[in-house]
Amino acid sequence: MAIFNLNINGKKQQVDTDPDTPLLWVLRDHFHLKGTKYGCGIAQCGACTIHVDGVAMRSCSLPISAISEQKIKTIEGLSEAGDHPVQKAWMSHDVPQCGYCQAGQIMSAAALLENNPNPNDTDIDAAMHGNICRCGTYLRIKAAIKTAAKMG
Amino acid sequence: MSTIKTSIARRSFLKSSALAGGGLMLGFSWLASCQTKTEAEILAMPKEWFDINSYLKIGDNGVVTIYTPNPEFGQNVRTSMPMLVAEELDIDWKKVLVEQAPYHPKNFGFQFTGGSRGIMSRWEPLRMAGASARQMLRTAAAAIWEVPVEEITTEGGMLFHEPTNKSAGYGEMASAAVDVPVPTEVKLKDSKDFKIIGHSKKNVDAHNIVTGKTTFGMDYQKEGMLIAMIVHPPAFGMTLKSIEDTQVKTMSGIKDVITIKSYPKDYQKGSFDANAFPEIVAIVGSSTWQVMKAKKQLKVEWQPIAASTETILGFRGDKQTKHIPAGLESTDTHRSQMEALAAKPGKIVRQDGDPRSAFKKAAKIIERTYEAPFLAHNCMEPLNAFAHVTGDKAMIAAPIQIPGFVMPTLAASLGIPVENIDMELTRMGGGFGRKAYGHYVLEAALISQKVNAPVKLIYTREDDMTNGIYRPTYQATYRAALDDNNDLIALHVKAGGIPESPLFANRFPAGALDNYLAEEWSADSNITIGAFRAPRSNFMAGAEQSFLDEVAEAAGKDPIDFRLDLLKRAKENPVGEKNDYDAARYAGVLELVKEKAGWGDNQTGVHRGVSAYFCHNTYAAHILDMTIEDGKPVVQKVCCVIDCGVVVNPDAAINMAEGAITDGVGNAFFGEMTFKNGVPEKNNFHQYRMIRIGEAPKAIEVHFVENDISPTGMGEPPFPPIFGAVANALYKATGKRRYRQPFLGEEHVLG
Repeated sequence: MAIFNLNINGKKQQVDTDPDTPLLWVLRDHFHLKGTKYGCGIAQCGACTIHVDGVAMRSCSLPISAISEQKIKTIEGLSEAGDHPVQKAWMSHDVPQCGYCQAGQIMSAAALLENNPNPNDTDIDAAMHGNICRCGTYLRIKAAIKTAAKMG
Repeated sequence: MSTIKTSIARRSFLKSSALAGGGLMLGFSWLASCQTKTEAEILAMPKEWFDINSYLKIGDNGVVTIYTPNPEFGQNVRTSMPMLVAEELDIDWKKVLVEQAPYHPKNFGFQFTGGSRGIMSRWEPLRMAGASARQMLRTAAAAIWEVPVEEITTEGGMLFHEPTNKSAGYGEMASAAVDVPVPTEVKLKDSKDFKIIGHSKKNVDAHNIVTGKTTFGMDYQKEGMLIAMIVHPPAFGMTLKSIEDTQVKTMSGIKDVITIKSYPKDYQKGSFDANAFPEIVAIVGSSTWQVMKAKKQLKVEWQPIAASTETILGFRGDKQTKHIPAGLESTDTHRSQMEALAAKPGKIVRQDGDPRSAFKKAAKIIERTYEAPFLAHNCMEPLNAFAHVTGDKAMIAAPIQIPGFVMPTLAASLGIPVENIDMELTRMGGGFGRKAYGHYVLEAALISQKVNAPVKLIYTREDDMTNGIYRPTYQATYRAALDDNNDLIALHVKAGGIPESPLFANRFPAGALDNYLAEEWSADSNITIGAFRAPRSNFMAGAEQSFLDEVAEAAGKDPIDFRLDLLKRAKENPVGEKNDYDAARYAGVLELVKEKAGWGDNQTGVHRGVSAYFCHNTYAAHILDMTIEDGKPVVQKVCCVIDCGVVVNPDAAINMAEGAITDGVGNAFFGEMTFKNGVPEKNNFHQYRMIRIGEAPKAIEVHFVENDISPTGMGEPPFPPIFGAVANALYKATGKRRYRQPFLGEEHVLG
């Protein structure tokens, strides 16, 4: 066990845990931030996607010992009122079916738009390739990303 | 307008007030995604709620809470079911709050998600619940205003008496309505008067989902809760021998290592008690990661199972004998086993005319064999359940499709009466049939009972993917006899699988042919299987529709016209009496898809495949446009037509059809589970290929046949025919027919 100081959604937090604990389980078990999901544990499905210093990363495969000063953002911290352009676009296209993968999809999409405000289909396919949606809402995800890009 | 007898009960006392939400609002969703201040005011919490019946309560401010009875896994019944109540209640949709009902069959009937029967089974009862509440409000207003009830009209949650110019909101009359006797008969609206049904409403959970607030079973949290994980045998055909847990028990955060047996001796299992691993190890600890690490360290010895025979009580009350062979099975041996069985005479399920003579005199015979592998459901949310067993009581919260089917097993295994078990129905991160099999709920409860603590059981992805309850592997051989005029004079289908046959002997093209023979076979297996989105249909549709495409080509006919000719025969002069489809509605979806997709307007480089199917009481037809780019098949567009009667929430139905089509394309291209000596050869997404965004169809267009027929299924029917559409388009694109799924597998490039 060791003490780690973290910056999660703009808040300074402290956790006492094993250094190899993936960030995913620190978020879920210690801080009860349950919006970030467990899907595969091996960075293959994207359900656990969060931002580390603005970069989309798979929190299931990121040991807490690799984190120090970086700013961690989860779905709960993406916007205060749930009105980030990506979230608004997701609602306007009514994207979700079961909804389990959607926080990860939204975090990947938000990071994409941060780097590329006007992505084309190929850019979207590449950036979202790591996020599986078992319900098959991909068409709406793509449409919502384009809508969010227009909202800017 | 139709008058129906009501069967709406007063709300009976719920066992736990925490579950009932009486006065306490649990997990409700503020509806409007972009709420104006006025709406927020409208939706302000009422001071008092009045229970009108088991499905709804009305607040003094006119807000209505509707309890949505069925569990949700993405089909959006949490929106569409309350829409049915709201329609007949005549309430403004903006004043509706939705709350998930707990498991309580007395109040909420058969609570389930499966067989695409949700909306179909709730169509009348939920409208009745709304209509009877509206009638009680009108009766209350009539008494207070001293006017005839017949003269009281309603609109948008308001009561009006025009002759005296009186009006009141539902909230003002709710307390009086509580004392009105439940009407014995109510009138339901004509479909032309619907204001909510048939008008797209946004998902009531959308805002919570996109902000990460929605809680799934996996997110369930209770004070003092421990985390449990299981270790099940590494192979089908194996069971627990012994464990060595001394070292693991000393690991940080680990509370206990136990073994559990899921069923009491001689327990009469039901068909949803399927479970290859009834004796397993459980590790219990403080945090997920600590338990995960301990799970990897645990030393377990396994031993082969002995062959056994079980009598299973089917959910229709029938009893089936099931043989579970010993041994370690492999995909290679399954395939040779299927080949051998298919070569022997099968069990004749249906025969019309004299197929043997017809084949003898045929000018041309076409024979093709289709095969598909086992499939894993791979719901994005792995299996999990929360349980807290204390003495003779149990509290469960689980993502489960058919809670009623796990209840008797829970009661028997825990030794606790059913009435002492409370169950919350959490949102499911996907189900697709997998979460109809509640062994994981049982395991959570047994672990909690044994360690005497509240426990959340979590399956790792690997546990989930290798546990079984797969879509079976299937095979079907079709033979067609054509005469000198290239007319189809006989059809023979022989289908089988491990461990069940996929055959539907009375479906199209049965009924359209004078000479027809349907046979089936199966082989026992110790690999468990279960319902997977449109069970059996999800294979038969692809095989049948690929074959008809090939026969049409051999007969020199357009594939749509060929099917329509057969359907014309089935409609005008059907053969046999057991045909379980409506030929006119079947032809209807094909005719409409032909028109909507512009069939015949060929574009260079675009290859089209058509397919249609009837299952789960609904008709679906697809035309799929494929191109080949860098040797890879790209689905450019799917045009889909569905006849499922009245569509309650059109945009949500379109979303589900898009999902079914994408899911179907994915499974047709890549879906496959294989076995080697009983071991599932894929255990996570690095091995099990799922369709990803770049591989999904580029466009999907969904059309519904407009009619007044009571709604039927939507979740499953668009799924099976897509396999045929993919196969037929692939043939057009490559010149090569494909008979074995997955069509691409690891092969990324064609040719």
